[in-house]
Amino acid sequence: MTNPMNEHEHDWTIEAKTTLFDLKLGEVWAYRDLLLLLVRRDFVSFYKQTILGPLWFFIQPLFTTIIFTFIFGNLAGISTDGLPKPLFYMAGITAWNYFADCLNKTSSVFKDNAGIFGKVYFPRLIMPLSIVVSNLVRFGVQLMLFLLFMGYYYLSGAHIQISWAILLFPLLLMLMAFLGLGAGMIISAMTTKYRDLAFLIGFGVQLLMYATTVIYPLSTAIEKYPKYSWIIEYNPMTPIIETFRYGFLGEGSFSWNGLAYATGITAVLFIVGIVIFNKVERNFVDTV
Amino acid sequence: MGVAIKVENLSKAYQLGQIGTGTISRDLERWYARIRGKEDPFLRIGESNDQHSKSESNVVWSLKDINFEIEQGDAVGIIGRNGAGKSTLLKILSKVTAPTTGKISGKGRISSLLEVGTGFHPELSGKENIFLNGAILGMRKKEIQRKLDEIVDFAGIERYLDTPVKRYSSGMYVRLAFAVAAHLESEILIVDEVLAVGDAEFQKKCLGKMGDVSKSEGRTVLFVSHNMGAIRQLCQKGIVLKNGALSYMGPTKLAITNYLNEAQAALSPRTIDGTLKGKIIFESVSINDSEILQNELLPTDNITIMIKGKCISELEKFRVSLSIFKEGERIFTMQDAQTPLLTRVGNFRSVFNIPSNLLRPGQYFISIGGHDGNHLGMGNDWIFGKDVASFTVAEEYSHTNDFANEGLINVPFNAKRENSI
Repeated sequence: MTNPMNEHEHDWTIEAKTTLFDLKLGEVWAYRDLLLLLVRRDFVSFYKQTILGPLWFFIQPLFTTIIFTFIFGNLAGISTDGLPKPLFYMAGITAWNYFADCLNKTSSVFKDNAGIFGKVYFPRLIMPLSIVVSNLVRFGVQLMLFLLFMGYYYLSGAHIQISWAILLFPLLLMLMAFLGLGAGMIISAMTTKYRDLAFLIGFGVQLLMYATTVIYPLSTAIEKYPKYSWIIEYNPMTPIIETFRYGFLGEGSFSWNGLAYATGITAVLFIVGIVIFNKVERNFVDTV
Repeated sequence: MGVAIKVENLSKAYQLGQIGTGTISRDLERWYARIRGKEDPFLRIGESNDQHSKSESNVVWSLKDINFEIEQGDAVGIIGRNGAGKSTLLKILSKVTAPTTGKISGKGRISSLLEVGTGFHPELSGKENIFLNGAILGMRKKEIQRKLDEIVDFAGIERYLDTPVKRYSSGMYVRLAFAVAAHLESEILIVDEVLAVGDAEFQKKCLGKMGDVSKSEGRTVLFVSHNMGAIRQLCQKGIVLKNGALSYMGPTKLAITNYLNEAQAALSPRTIDGTLKGKIIFESVSINDSEILQNELLPTDNITIMIKGKCISELEKFRVSLSIFKEGERIFTMQDAQTPLLTRVGNFRSVFNIPSNLLRPGQYFISIGGHDGNHLGMGNDWIFGKDVASFTVAEEYSHTNDFANEGLINVPFNAKRENSI
């Protein structure tokens, strides 16, 4: 008699060492309901007990746009490639915010969730993924605000035109998400041991914004600082934001090379990030 | 029945002290040792986890070379003193942290309950939290939907289902959290000391539920507790951990005795603790004039326990107390004076008499201690030593110690029956 139990002595093992590329993606899929529930939690808990509720999603980009328009547009007089100033800034802010939120939140994922991670197991990758999706909801809301502004300016006769590059929007979205996720996961894995990085990331992201074409167009940067503009050009977020503006507003420095470069960097960071994250995830409870 | 969990050569090392300073240089040293194929310089084997002794190395082995197998459908209690490695073992089994060496293999889905209400969000309603918590514990949405009524019913929170859990009383919170975890459909359930929260009635309900899980549903349960009563009630087998090593595995009753004996064998002046430690010194405990730490008595013996000690600085109001424990539960406490007395510097002797035939056969542990008193009763200063001595009441039965009278103590016979009324 063969006992069916003997054929499969066991169906799981826990070992001290695992291979580097055992990413447990199947497990992540099995926990997909958790991902959606976490996104829902983030969304609902964000505006519970507030008067303005989901309107808060609008307020931050709106005010940043107004301030940027006054300071950088009017006071400093930085060129906006001939586009209406609020529209130019809002395009940059909307896209940048999505990337920055993904990066910021992902980079503190171990610290923020130490309580849960220390008590129950689920594929840890679910947490950063849920952050990216949560922020996507927020980004969607802010994009709607941007589209409203676009419509208003279009009707009042401003010189804007949607270009074919808008078709690249899904790609841009993925690039922003995975770039933030990849870099965030690398930083999060390192902050479990070296807390210094947590301080760095706070103002680092802010500084990085000034090295990205959020408040000025790439063309102006190249024209005014030809020697240093390579810093901006090597920033993988630059081609993403430039393409975003070119797609939606018809102005911006679009190049296939730039986009290919951003895609390459994103892929590398994402793969390195996911591998490091999985390695650290196994033992981080002991060090955090 | 097959094997549900098989643990082989499992060890777990922890680094003591500060993690974070000098880690980069250490990491580099480690890495350099590894590429030369040498052993990790910061991970020397051979240090056991004795928390009292100081040692050179700042790496401790919280678990060392653990091997055991658990059969499907068994309920196994894991017992040991604080720091014996119980929680580490559960953490590794629940995949919260990885072992340093060794391997665990098993069959069937594991769900673990190391804490009640992990991931509860205070702003979300009870219902939303049931789904979120269930998903964190590994349930699919459909599964939770199917069990929703059962969970709500078990927790008894129908009326508050749509109220944010931050408005719940702490009892409701705990009930809801346990209810979710108890309704997981997993083959193996791992439960840490979570029953310490909640009131007595609820604890009973939880234990009952866990008993159902193991007995009628045939699932494997691993249960950590300091409550020997709960372990005895729930588990057929026990694992005793001591300083990170497995010291006994077998039937629950023997495991508990083993653990309690061990707790006593480890006795020394440092097991006596408290703020009066510098003022009162307990020197010896004798049972019926015998000073050995384990005594065999008959049910018919009068038991006289004498504590000798020394008072080093005068205490205005002080009395010595004695507690008798059986299987981890306190049977009673006695005092050497009805009101606290002036205690002068010098030697003292306290004598406690326990009547014959009061204690049922079994093993008893003696804890001694004392409180200073103020006008209203107990003061803030205390001294206490747990399980400083033990004695066994032999299994000899008579009219005054009736075999059929199960329980902890005997009550003098005082009953009658009137027939045909």
